[in-house]
Amino acid sequence: MDSTSFVALLSAVLFTIGVLGVLLRRSALLIFMSVELMLNAANLAFVAFAHRWAQLSGQVIVFFVMAVAAAEVAVGLALIVTIFRTKRSTNVDDLSALRG
Amino acid sequence: MELFILSPILFPLLGLLTNATLGRRMSERAIGGVATLAAAGAFLMCLLMFGQLTASEEARLSATIAPWISAGALNVSLSFLVDRLSIVAMLIVTGIGALIHMFSVGYMHGDERFQRYFVYLNLFLASMLVLVMADNFLVMFMGWELVGLCSYLLIGFWFKNLKNAEAGRKAFVVNRIGDVGFVLGILLIFVTFGSLRFDEVFARAEAQGEALAGAIGLITLLLFIGATGKSAQIPLFVWLPDAMAGPTPVSALIHAATMVTAGVYMMVRASPLYELAPLTQNIVAIVGALTAFVAGTSALRQLDIKKVLAYSTVSQLGYMVSACGLGAFIAGDFHLLTHAFFKAALFLAAGSVIHGMEHGMGAAHGAHVDPQDMRHMGGLARKMPITFAAFLLGGLALAGVPPLSGFFSKDEILVDAFKHNLLVFVLLGLSAVITAFYVGRQLVLVFAGRPRSAAAEHASESGWLMTVPLIALTIGTVFAGLFNFPGTHPLTDWLAPVVRHGEAPKFEPGLAALFTVLAIGALVGAWWVYRHPERANAEAEAGLGRFLAGGWNFDDIYRAAVVKPFYVASTVCAQIIDVAVIDGTVNGVGRLFRVVGGSLRSVQTGFVRNYGLVMLVGVVVVVAYFVLSAR
Repeated sequence: MDSTSFVALLSAVLFTIGVLGVLLRRSALLIFMSVELMLNAANLAFVAFAHRWAQLSGQVIVFFVMAVAAAEVAVGLALIVTIFRTKRSTNVDDLSALRG
Repeated sequence: MELFILSPILFPLLGLLTNATLGRRMSERAIGGVATLAAAGAFLMCLLMFGQLTASEEARLSATIAPWISAGALNVSLSFLVDRLSIVAMLIVTGIGALIHMFSVGYMHGDERFQRYFVYLNLFLASMLVLVMADNFLVMFMGWELVGLCSYLLIGFWFKNLKNAEAGRKAFVVNRIGDVGFVLGILLIFVTFGSLRFDEVFARAEAQGEALAGAIGLITLLLFIGATGKSAQIPLFVWLPDAMAGPTPVSALIHAATMVTAGVYMMVRASPLYELAPLTQNIVAIVGALTAFVAGTSALRQLDIKKVLAYSTVSQLGYMVSACGLGAFIAGDFHLLTHAFFKAALFLAAGSVIHGMEHGMGAAHGAHVDPQDMRHMGGLARKMPITFAAFLLGGLALAGVPPLSGFFSKDEILVDAFKHNLLVFVLLGLSAVITAFYVGRQLVLVFAGRPRSAAAEHASESGWLMTVPLIALTIGTVFAGLFNFPGTHPLTDWLAPVVRHGEAPKFEPGLAALFTVLAIGALVGAWWVYRHPERANAEAEAGLGRFLAGGWNFDDIYRAAVVKPFYVASTVCAQIIDVAVIDGTVNGVGRLFRVVGGSLRSVQTGFVRNYGLVMLVGVVVVVAYFVLSAR
């Protein structure tokens, strides 16, 4: 197994952990961290394949993803703080006001 | 010049604008004064125009304000024409109109909608002038509809009483039926002659009359249907007796003297067409004569003072229409003129009687009685001498007693009928006798004997605002016969250049003497029967009396033939088509979406992680699709 396959496998494992985290955890903060994990798993895949095919664009995209992730953190944390202030909880199951 | 020609219309228009805008802040006298002066001003302008028209036989005044409709071959302009025929009608409308405006100031005193009444009255005057001054059929139709509107507004003037509002609506609906005929006639005129202007239509009809005989026959018949609506002929006369729900001066002006004669005026105006349609003329003559007879007999059993006069108006209109059918258009117009005087006088006198009875009721503090029911009257000759004199002279003129105006005009029509159509002559002759009888009955019941109620006991003469117009109209009633006095017949000479006519009317002394004797005999007979006034009490209760009092039950026929089926059809539409079909469809669509939405709402759980799972499944499916299809 070459290094690219290995890194890609690692990326897939990390991504799956992130997805499971998002779907199974109840704390908004942990869901948020799981989302970050998924983003970074994607970054890892980008880097691995860029290296394998000697294409620069994959590495460039990683920077974009990091920038977007940073922006997302800023907005997301602010939302979580606000939700905590109004609901006194960060349990996402409490946020079901939109139930049909 | 155009302003001068339009001035008779503009005066009442100005009056109604003044009253409509400033009337709220004006006193009753000021409002009435403005309206009456507007009418009088219009009359003065008509007199000036009359002076100009005397210049020569061909003299005529015409004014075009603006093109109105211009579409392809159809070119209609808003234009007016004053010729020898229209000026006669204009003088009647404005002259009698001004007197009735003045009368109304007294009659409507204290009414809460005094201002609006005079706005309507001025509007009517302007509309009626549009009708008679029209230069083409479409402008005439505009005036025709406007007077119909005013009639509706004024019949239902006291609309708080539901019966009055219903009477107004009935008049409106029945008139619309006639109007359909009129509109179709106008359309056919355009199709046949390519124009709507009177001059052009008549000239073309004359030039190619033979070839177009069928079309002209149909046109005249359709126009006549319009006339049966407006001029209250069989079968559309049923609205006029109900129209008495309006204020009495309105009955005098609109439903006796002017508007209801519009149909006759239209037929006289279209005399060149009617001359070319002998079949239509026969129908017109017979319908008119039948109307005269049916309405005359109905008047015999009325107990309401105004209803007698209403049926009498229908009957007299029958005479005019019949005259047109006989080709005696000028005789018809002459009867229109004299009838305007004596019937307006009679209605105003009746209004004065009603006014007196209402005041008598107030003065007596007695039980409330119907102030229009003749059974409660009696002995009013001494209480209201001026009203009595006016009613007496008007009634004798209506009965055709010489030398009053009605005698001459009715005689002219009877002579023509005698010469041309014996059936019509018999019907009209019988109606003349009947007319004299119901006039006698009414005079005896209202004015003779002793008062039969506290209200009649305490009745008193009306004020000068009401008696002065009454006296003026009575003078007209007495002398209007001079307008076409046998031997000199100035009206015939005056109208000869514009209206079709046979030879100058001949005076038949034998016929005149016969009908004079018959009329006086019928009057005396009426006195003989009703010198015991209680005989009138129950005569309309059953049998023939009830049949006549109901106007030959035409209303029942309409109720059974038109109103009932209409109600049934409406019920079917409302309960089955509307509720089941239309509402069912609309509600069904709504229910469908509610059911579908209701079952789909459970998908929206509100749990973020649930949505996340759905998203993941979606992404997996999409990615799997692309991955698998890339192979």
